Amino acid sequence: MSLFRGRRILAGAMTLVAAAAMTACGSKTTDEGGATGVTADVSGDTVKVGLLNSLSGTMAISEVTVRDSIMLAVDEINAAGGVLGKKIQPVGEDGASDWPTFAEKAEKLISEDRVAAVFGCWTSASRKAVKPVFEKNKALLFYPVQYEGLEQSPYIFYTGATTNQQIVPGLDYLKSQGVKSVYLVGSDYVFPRTANKIIKAYATANGMTVLGEDYAPLGSTEFGTIVNKVKSSGADAVFNTLNGDSNVAFFKEYKSAGLSAAAMPVVSVSIAEEEVKGIGTQYLEGQLTAWNYYQTTPGAANSKFVAAYKAKYGADKPTSDPMEAAYVGVHLWKAMVEKAGAFDVEKVRSASDGITFDAPEGLVTVDGKTQHIAKTARIGKIGADGLITEVWNSGKPVAPDPYLKTYPWASGLS
Amino acid sequence: MTVLFGQLFTGISIGAVLLLIALGLALTFGQMNVINMAHGEFIMAGAYTTYVLQQSITGAGLSLAVALPVAFVVAGTMGVLLEVLLIRRLYARPLDTLLVTWGVSLILQQLARDIFGSPNVQTRAPELLTGNVALPGGLTIANNRLFILALALAAVAALTLALRLTPLGRRIRAVVQNRDLAAVSGIATSRVDRTTFFLGSGLAGLAGVALTLLGPIGPTMGTNLIIDAFLVVVVGGIGQLKGSVIVAFALGVLQATGEYLTTLSVAKVIVFVAIVAFLQWRPQGLFTLRTRSLA
Repeated sequence: MSLFRGRRILAGAMTLVAAAAMTACGSKTTDEGGATGVTADVSGDTVKVGLLNSLSGTMAISEVTVRDSIMLAVDEINAAGGVLGKKIQPVGEDGASDWPTFAEKAEKLISEDRVAAVFGCWTSASRKAVKPVFEKNKALLFYPVQYEGLEQSPYIFYTGATTNQQIVPGLDYLKSQGVKSVYLVGSDYVFPRTANKIIKAYATANGMTVLGEDYAPLGSTEFGTIVNKVKSSGADAVFNTLNGDSNVAFFKEYKSAGLSAAAMPVVSVSIAEEEVKGIGTQYLEGQLTAWNYYQTTPGAANSKFVAAYKAKYGADKPTSDPMEAAYVGVHLWKAMVEKAGAFDVEKVRSASDGITFDAPEGLVTVDGKTQHIAKTARIGKIGADGLITEVWNSGKPVAPDPYLKTYPWASGLS
Repeated sequence: MTVLFGQLFTGISIGAVLLLIALGLALTFGQMNVINMAHGEFIMAGAYTTYVLQQSITGAGLSLAVALPVAFVVAGTMGVLLEVLLIRRLYARPLDTLLVTWGVSLILQQLARDIFGSPNVQTRAPELLTGNVALPGGLTIANNRLFILALALAAVAALTLALRLTPLGRRIRAVVQNRDLAAVSGIATSRVDRTTFFLGSGLAGLAGVALTLLGPIGPTMGTNLIIDAFLVVVVGGIGQLKGSVIVAFALGVLQATGEYLTTLSVAKVIVFVAIVAFLQWRPQGLFTLRTRSLA
């Protein structure tokens, strides 16, 4: 076979790979017909809810644990008699770490399974992908992960932290520790880019310098250059918004380059107990995290949650913030439905304001206007045992402010 | 200055990874002209081999040392099976080979998902390889990257020597240069093909072991690497090892430099543009094999 021929076939191969990638991107359902919304099917003695998480791909490391804790909440509610006398019947779908797949599966859960509510999504990219689907169908999503704020959809309840409950307290903590300069490292999608925009606005107003800003594609595992840049910048601290298992490669490289928590601490906003276990404590000991819940958070509600989770999934399984927020989401939905006396989405929404739940993280209150919840901010330090211990907390629940309207320095953001 | 050397080393180590993943392909694609889309999955098999061995061998250093030969044999055996069962029947039909091996790659990915689960897994690195060598002037060189560089260079040296000096190497070169003439001279070409495939796939297994030191192991890790590997071989020139070696390091340094001066995404674009421009100028790649073959 001639060399020329070999190359032409190779070109064919590459086209094939590209075509496969494009079909994956293009398979989004764009059914514009159902503007009236789909009513949930609650005719039987059960009520269906959708669970939409990535069980495969780069995000599975994190999202599988969220699925597990949603199931725990469903089991607890069913054991206590269900919601309005109906047992919850969970319908699970795999978002496969692929945003168009999330949109497709959301459409399926709403239109085919006719679920009363959907619990799930992790990355903001997946939330942005499903948002129009939920808005078009007037269906409910409970989103359990901290995110970049600047969003408020009438059909999404955000049970994780918005920026003023996580990133801003994280920056306040760094400032109180005398940090004058930071380096920003993040995955290349909407959450890290927006979060870093907010961090830069904060830095300008608070006399901090941002020495550099770098992004790696989700799933990227080559951090040699980025770590070199971080190291030579001489920053006081690193603010890390990497997601998924890029963190594994980043922290391995960080340690290999001779950097440590003592020399240049890294504050991470997407590394919780489960990820610590996956990355390895030898790479993470002493590094900081910003969340609203840790497995070590004191209180009876948390002891009960941790014990129940470990009894169901194994003693070696840690609990983490997004898992807790997902668990809380299911219980909040139950409380809203019972207050409304119906599964109807609009009735549930108008019943939501002021609903409280004695959550593992402490008391949380739903703010009906923003559909976010008031949560206590907590900064933690990763220990040698893989658990995170709190070094600072906000003392009381912080009211959600997704658009940062109460912060003058954030006025230029949109 | 420190940064400059640091970046140079980062570039070289990216090059070493590229070289390791492309070396096996330089044999099977470069020498035999078989487009094996499942090559990335052999890398994955090598990585999972390390993971499995670490479940039973507790010492991270020992398990890594054992993983190198075992992964070579595991991936090599998978390669031979693929060659004997499918590719051999399709030597005259390259497009079918392409589709069939792509199918095999999807099957292997799903198999990995079924056996090891969808979430990526990690291995523990030996303590020795998590540290670094500190040089004067604040420059540090990561031990795991040094190890990968040494492994890549050792693999190239061993392969070059094997091709130059051993009777097997002579037979492989004879088949590459002129298959028909080799056959009429009494060389069992099909057996040579099988051996070449074993070596090429085994090298992919080695690459897999090395990659566990840098990042996570997952069912799709092969897909992410296969295009880079093909690029190195195509730009390096088919039928020659030295082209792949030079191109791997050149692309590594270009990527690291571009990334330092701009961002990761822009650096990738720079690398692709450079490759396209280069292939316009030298469509045959950096080096070509001169043969009298009429094919």
